[in-house]
Amino acid sequence: MSEREQSMQSEEVLTIFEKSQAGRRAAVLPDAEVPETPLEELIPARMLRSEPPRLPEIAEPEIIRHYNRLSRRNFDLDTGFYPLGSCTMKHNPRLNERVAALPGHARLHPAQAPARAQGALELMWLLQRSLAEICGLPHVSLQPSAGSHGELAGLLLTRAYHADRGEERRKVLTPDTSHGTNPATVTMAGFEVVKVATDEQGGVEMEDLREKVSEDVACLMLTNPNTLGVFDENIAEIAAMIHEVGGTLYYDGANLNAVMGHSRPGDMGFDIVHVNLHKSFSQPHGGGGPGAGPIAVSDRIEPFLPRPQVVRREGGNGSGPVFDLEMERPKSIGRLRGFQGNFGVFVRSYAYILSLGADGLAEASETAVLNANYLKARLAEGRAGRHLPIAFDRHCMHEFVLSGRPMKRELGVATLDFAKRLLDFGFHPPTVYFPLLVEEALMVEPTETETKETLDAFADAVDQILAEAEEDPEIAKNAPYSTPVRRLDEVKATRRPVVRQPS
Amino acid sequence: MLAAIGVESPQDLFEQIPESLRLGRPLDLPPGLGEAEVYERLSELAARNHDAEQEVCFLGAGMYDHYVPAIVDAITQRSEFLTPYTPYQPEISQGGLQVMFEFQTAMSELTALPVSTAGLYEGPSSVASAGYLAIGATKGRRRFVASRGVHPHSRETLRTYSAGFGAELIEVGLDSGLTDATALAEAVDEETAAVFLQCPNFLGAVEDVEALGAAAREHGALLVVAADPMTLGVLRPPGECGADIALGEGQPLGNRLDFGGPSFGFFCGTEELIRRLPGRIAGETNDVDGRRGFCLALQTREQHIRREKATHNICTAQALNALAAMVHLAWLGRQGFRELGELLVRRTDYARRRLAAVEGVELLHEAPVVREFAIELAAPVDRVLMRCAERGIAAGHPLGDDYPEHPNGLLVAITERRTKEQIDALAEAIGAAISAEAVAV
Repeated sequence: MSEREQSMQSEEVLTIFEKSQAGRRAAVLPDAEVPETPLEELIPARMLRSEPPRLPEIAEPEIIRHYNRLSRRNFDLDTGFYPLGSCTMKHNPRLNERVAALPGHARLHPAQAPARAQGALELMWLLQRSLAEICGLPHVSLQPSAGSHGELAGLLLTRAYHADRGEERRKVLTPDTSHGTNPATVTMAGFEVVKVATDEQGGVEMEDLREKVSEDVACLMLTNPNTLGVFDENIAEIAAMIHEVGGTLYYDGANLNAVMGHSRPGDMGFDIVHVNLHKSFSQPHGGGGPGAGPIAVSDRIEPFLPRPQVVRREGGNGSGPVFDLEMERPKSIGRLRGFQGNFGVFVRSYAYILSLGADGLAEASETAVLNANYLKARLAEGRAGRHLPIAFDRHCMHEFVLSGRPMKRELGVATLDFAKRLLDFGFHPPTVYFPLLVEEALMVEPTETETKETLDAFADAVDQILAEAEEDPEIAKNAPYSTPVRRLDEVKATRRPVVRQPS
Repeated sequence: MLAAIGVESPQDLFEQIPESLRLGRPLDLPPGLGEAEVYERLSELAARNHDAEQEVCFLGAGMYDHYVPAIVDAITQRSEFLTPYTPYQPEISQGGLQVMFEFQTAMSELTALPVSTAGLYEGPSSVASAGYLAIGATKGRRRFVASRGVHPHSRETLRTYSAGFGAELIEVGLDSGLTDATALAEAVDEETAAVFLQCPNFLGAVEDVEALGAAAREHGALLVVAADPMTLGVLRPPGECGADIALGEGQPLGNRLDFGGPSFGFFCGTEELIRRLPGRIAGETNDVDGRRGFCLALQTREQHIRREKATHNICTAQALNALAAMVHLAWLGRQGFRELGELLVRRTDYARRRLAAVEGVELLHEAPVVREFAIELAAPVDRVLMRCAERGIAAGHPLGDDYPEHPNGLLVAITERRTKEQIDALAEAIGAAISAEAVAV
């Protein structure tokens, strides 16, 4: 352990509230400039707060020191490899932060009249057109705030579409490999989840699907490539089956980074796609957001899109086009949130698309797939191949899944232990225990922005951890050692939740 | 790398995609650009917006032009906060998790409710999420009652979500700017899952939440109060007025206008609701050596564990925006937060009196206000706004679309950035615009 790591472990952890000292402060506010009327004369006393909320009392140097120290207790993508499956932890270009911070974007009020926000609306329109082309579907709404919000939009659109045809359907099919957000969304949108099994190739089990397809199916939600990193070759047939009974096809775009410029969900037969701008389009994850989950849809779904919709109108009398927020959409499902969506995210993602262009996006996916297959090949060798075999051994797309089952059986080291030991080697672990159908799963997604040297270093670390576990499994079972804290009692945090500073 | 994989070109790896589904042509997008060129393109687009840096902004309606201190940018732009994922590995995410814990504490303090989540997407979708929670918490009641003082975007979003989980929304009107208490009491019954109020309401008026909430308590419905966090230094907090849930748009705390997002939604509740709350919650615990630490708590509510039985589908939310809020609140501090609230009340009072004295302007209501108020103009509001814009003033948000009974209503918002001089200039601009319109007619 380095000195820095040791000092971090021995440091007493205090919250900003515990560092508070009465009377200290940072902010200097402007003078009122107007009469200092007692508040009670302006607002009835019983509607006033008797005592100010107990916020910290602390000076600026201590605030910045507090949060800088906290930042050092985070691992981040700018510091090291982050192969978290299905999360697409690719580099976040700093240019995007700079352009998002331009006052014309950052200080633009969302209620500004459209005529006075033409640059912003044009940017949104251009992003809509770009995403439509990438997804192969003609219409885009940027409104959803994250992937799961896009999923909810998709199922509400599905409901509206069927209702418009006088139908009420109850079931939504999702494969057992799907992201947890899929079934959670199905319930929230008032449908019933019907699980579909996975075949030996990692795709949808066609026999099972055939049995479950009926006229009561509102929608099939699918990720393709799926969470095993496998492209479902039967997708055209699957789409035909669902369309045959009148259902819609929803594409969870979490894995779009595998196919940009190579294959398009619209061409596969999907009606609705969400795109995670914080995955494929380089919006930084921010430790859990912000993101954005725009949706692209087919013609038959378009009338129901959320409002307002950004539209381009041709200018009259030789003037240029005008961009507007269209509110009059009689069949719209309505708003999914306030104002126009996470515009700051749109600026970053549009900057990313401009930077890469058509060729760059295709190359990004190609390199993502190449990197995943290279790392998979490296991990198929030697100890990793024995203890952590590939769950579905075939060429993968942008990610692949290992099973820690032999490691657990033979060495007594569970996937969780292995993941914790990776922390000591300076790597963020892959996604663990997902997808659920692979025992002791590790889902690895390296992304296109990693070098061969990084992939090799990761493969070497995996080998070293397994070699060490062959000798002494206790090392992994008690890991990590060098992190700011070691394994935490998560059960206690849930059984007796302490979710705020005691007052 | 190709040799290790055993293929000749990266294209071979795409052969698992059936040929008929391969695009087979380049995307119809322009070629890529260098960094300087992208900067120029986006600068050109940004320059075509009228932002609050170049005009005096009295727009509000849920998002406000507050000063965001430099320290917020310095901290939120650090790689260690900007670039990690959700803290699934707590041992290497203590920074982010502790920030969540501190944020939860701050929001609990502001709202006077014991439990806060680490944040949702933004305001109106948080209102809709409270609806979903209320249906579960009231064992399947499927009716909501909302005041028309609740933000129009929130009511619409609640309606959008309700089409999915199956609920009906009844709206209760306003009387002199405030929720009609009699109508509200009549609308609430044993089928009501939740009553939705907003304070200050959309027209800026401070509602008597406690009195209005009696109807909810009487019939066992949840009382959901949408609050403007920047007013909670001076206003009695929702938790002291009987609210079961307090939530709202977080943008005023440390977040830029950004044409509407990203910001965050805060969501606080009573102890009874802790296992039903949507989204992430950080909890305090200890590690195997007894060191203090933080981790995600109560994850059995969440989609990645419970799938179709989860209390909500939310995954990625707005962690960085919640950090911005926490830093802003620490910078303001206990005294500063209170003083800012007082400043808003006094400047808003001044602005309201100043505008009421203008020929052709009448107050839309005389209820107490904190930071926003509504007026009615004796001239077409769009024409007045256009004339003010010519003087470099965004005079406010027109009310006619959402409140057709006030076709020339205008909502005017004040922040600490709006000086007395600017308020005087607004009054003069509106006065001149109304006179000019009268002449034009």
